[in-house]
Amino acid sequence: MSLTARDLGLFAIMGAVLAMVAMFQSPQLAVTILNMSLISAIMALGVNMQWGYAGLFNVGIMGFTAVGGLAVVLIAMPPVPEAWAAGGLGIILGLMLGVATILAAVLVYKRMTPGRLRGLAIFGVLVVGFMITSYVFGPAKQAVQAVDPAATGYLGGAGLPVVLAWPVGAVFAAGVAWLVGKVSLGLRSDYLAIATLGISEIVIAVLKHERWLARGVNNVTGIDRPVARPVELQPVPWVQSLADTLGWSVSQTATVVSGLGYSALFLIVLGILIWLAERALNSPWGRMMRAIRDNEVSARAMGKNVTRRHLMIFVLGSGVCGLAGAMMVSMDGQLTPGSYEPLRFTFLIWVMVIVGGSGNNWGSVLGAFVIWFLWVQVEPAGRWLMEMITSGMDVGSELRRHLLDSAAYMRLLTMGVALLLMLRFAPRGLIPER
Amino acid sequence: MEPLNALVSVTNFMLIPAFAYGSQLALGALGITLIFSILRFAHFAHGDTMALGTAAVIGGTFFLQAQGIGIQPLPTALLALPFGILVMVGYLLAADRLVYRYYRKVKAKPMIFVMASLGVMFVTNGITRLFMGVSETRFEDGQRFIFTVREFRDFTGLAEGMALRSAQAITIITALVVMVILFWFLNRTRAGKSMRAYSDNEDLALLSGINPERVVVITWTITAILLVLAGTLYGLDKGFRPFNYFQLLLPMFAAAILGGLGSPLGAIVGAYVVAFAEMGITFAWRRVLTYLAPEGMEPSSMMQLLPVDYKFAVTFAILVIVLLFRPTGIFKGKVL
Amino acid sequence: MSAFLIGEAMTGGYGGADILHDCTIAVEKGEIAVIVGPNGAGKSTAMKAVFGMLRLREGRVRLAGEDITALSPQARVGKGMGFVPQTSNIFPSMSVEENLEMGAFIRKDDFRATMEQVYELFPILRDKRRQAAGELSGGQRQQVAVGRALMTQPSVLMLDEPTAGVSPIVMDELFDRIIEIARTGISILMVEQNARQALEIADKGYVLVQGANRYTDTGKALLADPDVRKSFLGG
Repeated sequence: MSLTARDLGLFAIMGAVLAMVAMFQSPQLAVTILNMSLISAIMALGVNMQWGYAGLFNVGIMGFTAVGGLAVVLIAMPPVPEAWAAGGLGIILGLMLGVATILAAVLVYKRMTPGRLRGLAIFGVLVVGFMITSYVFGPAKQAVQAVDPAATGYLGGAGLPVVLAWPVGAVFAAGVAWLVGKVSLGLRSDYLAIATLGISEIVIAVLKHERWLARGVNNVTGIDRPVARPVELQPVPWVQSLADTLGWSVSQTATVVSGLGYSALFLIVLGILIWLAERALNSPWGRMMRAIRDNEVSARAMGKNVTRRHLMIFVLGSGVCGLAGAMMVSMDGQLTPGSYEPLRFTFLIWVMVIVGGSGNNWGSVLGAFVIWFLWVQVEPAGRWLMEMITSGMDVGSELRRHLLDSAAYMRLLTMGVALLLMLRFAPRGLIPER
Repeated sequence: MEPLNALVSVTNFMLIPAFAYGSQLALGALGITLIFSILRFAHFAHGDTMALGTAAVIGGTFFLQAQGIGIQPLPTALLALPFGILVMVGYLLAADRLVYRYYRKVKAKPMIFVMASLGVMFVTNGITRLFMGVSETRFEDGQRFIFTVREFRDFTGLAEGMALRSAQAITIITALVVMVILFWFLNRTRAGKSMRAYSDNEDLALLSGINPERVVVITWTITAILLVLAGTLYGLDKGFRPFNYFQLLLPMFAAAILGGLGSPLGAIVGAYVVAFAEMGITFAWRRVLTYLAPEGMEPSSMMQLLPVDYKFAVTFAILVIVLLFRPTGIFKGKVL
Repeated sequence: MSAFLIGEAMTGGYGGADILHDCTIAVEKGEIAVIVGPNGAGKSTAMKAVFGMLRLREGRVRLAGEDITALSPQARVGKGMGFVPQTSNIFPSMSVEENLEMGAFIRKDDFRATMEQVYELFPILRDKRRQAAGELSGGQRQQVAVGRALMTQPSVLMLDEPTAGVSPIVMDELFDRIIEIARTGISILMVEQNARQALEIADKGYVLVQGANRYTDTGKALLADPDVRKSFLGG
């Protein structure tokens, strides 16, 4: 644990700011900000492992968090027996055929000598495999999606406890990362950037489109929550007495208590991760990773298998992002593929890492808090600003309406300016690497 | 068997749209490749800058429309292009002054430039949405079709129809003209040659008395022109939504890398490869195959290889395949 | 001493420890001066110092009597110095002719006559003038590099190991051309690994050891000097 007094001061200021939100705005808002900050901190931690430890540029964070979110649906939702009966077997078989096709193509790639013939053979294998797969998969998918489409229309999950979905989410994301890394790492450094950008778009497309999997854009709602919901807490006696003591309404108290329950869970996860990450960073392994980052050529010359190390850290970091994605979905109690936007889930995390201080785990956490706070607060601030500007205008004026409507976009502007200012004047971030 | 009808059908529903889309991508990918070869970083703000440039053109268009100025039958937006280009040249040069120039001076690593371009991306994104919101804006006016399906059918007597939208025709023609001008500029003028020299060998260019700051200014100016054109043509063709422009980033990068980063010709070829593959693989071939298949053998399914939602997957798959076999891209490019 | 170009008592390095120690290099008008010495002797550094690519702590550089110590390399090109780096000395994706054009970038007047002279000097370049310079053979690339530097009509041409990595036949050919260039009145300052052959064509030779002058004499005298032969020319 290498925190200086200055770092602790920065965290204390952040805490004080959140306390002020609780006092002057509302305690619910403060808890919401706190929880999303914690989740963002975990995502930033994952990205910092890749970028700060190894210099890998991952622009597909959104995809890994979404995959983690998918795990929550697949683990926690009850299975839909009718759908399984209608086409479960076909879907499983179809997926297996798809995997077999790709494996066959890889086998051809490895066994045959390079040349035009090999290219043709791979192409042939893929085309034939694709046709067989879609022949099996297509009808099964249609059948599943036809089962009560208004309520289910998908296979459902495993009906297991929701907290189990968190590690599974991490494993899912790590698996996707392994595939991406296997193809793109060690080839060219820009390749990973474009590959992650592509894969994250594909993941979202799959989530939106494959309705048999997680209902697509129809969203899965009502997922079991690891913490009691506010409605369930309201009749509990100690919540009611707490409300009396604080002088808050019962519903408000219940919301805050429920939110703080998540905060506690998230804090435990974040704490464990930070402990592990710091241990790893200061171990011989961490020093080796940073040595590779700072001078890849000489590390290679010293006989280090750079590509393998990169793959490992890429998989680990993406797994952490997947964990955060699963936590977020279980907090919301719903998976909404339509809400995944790269600006919010990929590039905003990058702002957090840079502003916080790349290479420093505590920096990433602080960056996540600061940036998420700004992200939430700039919108009302922008609205207030716009109201000031437009106060002299005619109430029905078109310009006034337009300006008020566009206040929401002030946050993008602010994030950009924050990133540019940090990069220019404090490129090592709020808590620099040491 | 009606091959003629099949040909008309495939031209109408796939070839023309893919050609138009490829042209739009090509203009964008050219900008990415130019910035990469001169400034040596991957310009992540490309899609959003394109959106802002288009927003400027739309603003100009609405102003002209309100004044009753137009160039019927062509869209008013073409008249507003110079305004949009002017705005964008100013914007990009300002961004260079305020952001990138400092990093050039301190010789920062390429990754720092990329981070800075993320910052510019956010700012640009915010500005565009401040002006335009997030919903779709259509600004196409003038005559919508060069010829319609009905006119084509009446003229040829074929069962299958074909239409050519003005926006598509304008896109293709403009893109080809711009490419020719760009290649003339790069290969025939002193400024263009100095850009290529700088891209080839920075130190030797300095030694030869080429002023790098001047090269950078020219590069941003050309990029601004390409961006505004690409964005406006895309908007005329498909309507303007800021998010769609952001999403163009992936196919544009894919096109530039596919063709070989730093190679303008590669960017163009890459763009058309991406466009035709995206359209071809997500195209429902049933209608075409019905015309081609012998009597009684008509396909019953859509004959669509992948749903349209997966067009990014196609882009990505092509990229993976090409780079596995030829890591420098189709035309020998640089490695980032 | 009032040579045409002289780097006098140069001391300095790339920021860290000094590489050059009180080193003097000079060349007369229309003559060929060659810098030789063992690996790491600071040969290239000495030439770069003369060209202004390295900050001198002490000493000065004068060209035709004018003190140019404070000028940047680019400004020195403007003053009539031509420099051919050892590596990446061409624009590989540009044609031979475009390479020459870029060499003449700072010239505002008509440079076609100069280009004609370069083509006369290196006839092979005329044949290949539309070809990308990067596709040429090693010796031809060196010709392009020298030709590019000649396009500014320099009064001094500085060559950093022009024959590195080319075959002996090509090397002889290049040396012949360099003599030809010197005959037109251009001073040549060159660093060479192939010490013996280089000294044969040199009017003046500098043997550097650890950044300092060890022997300075005419090329012939150095070749004849038994000490020089034994230590630096392999007997």
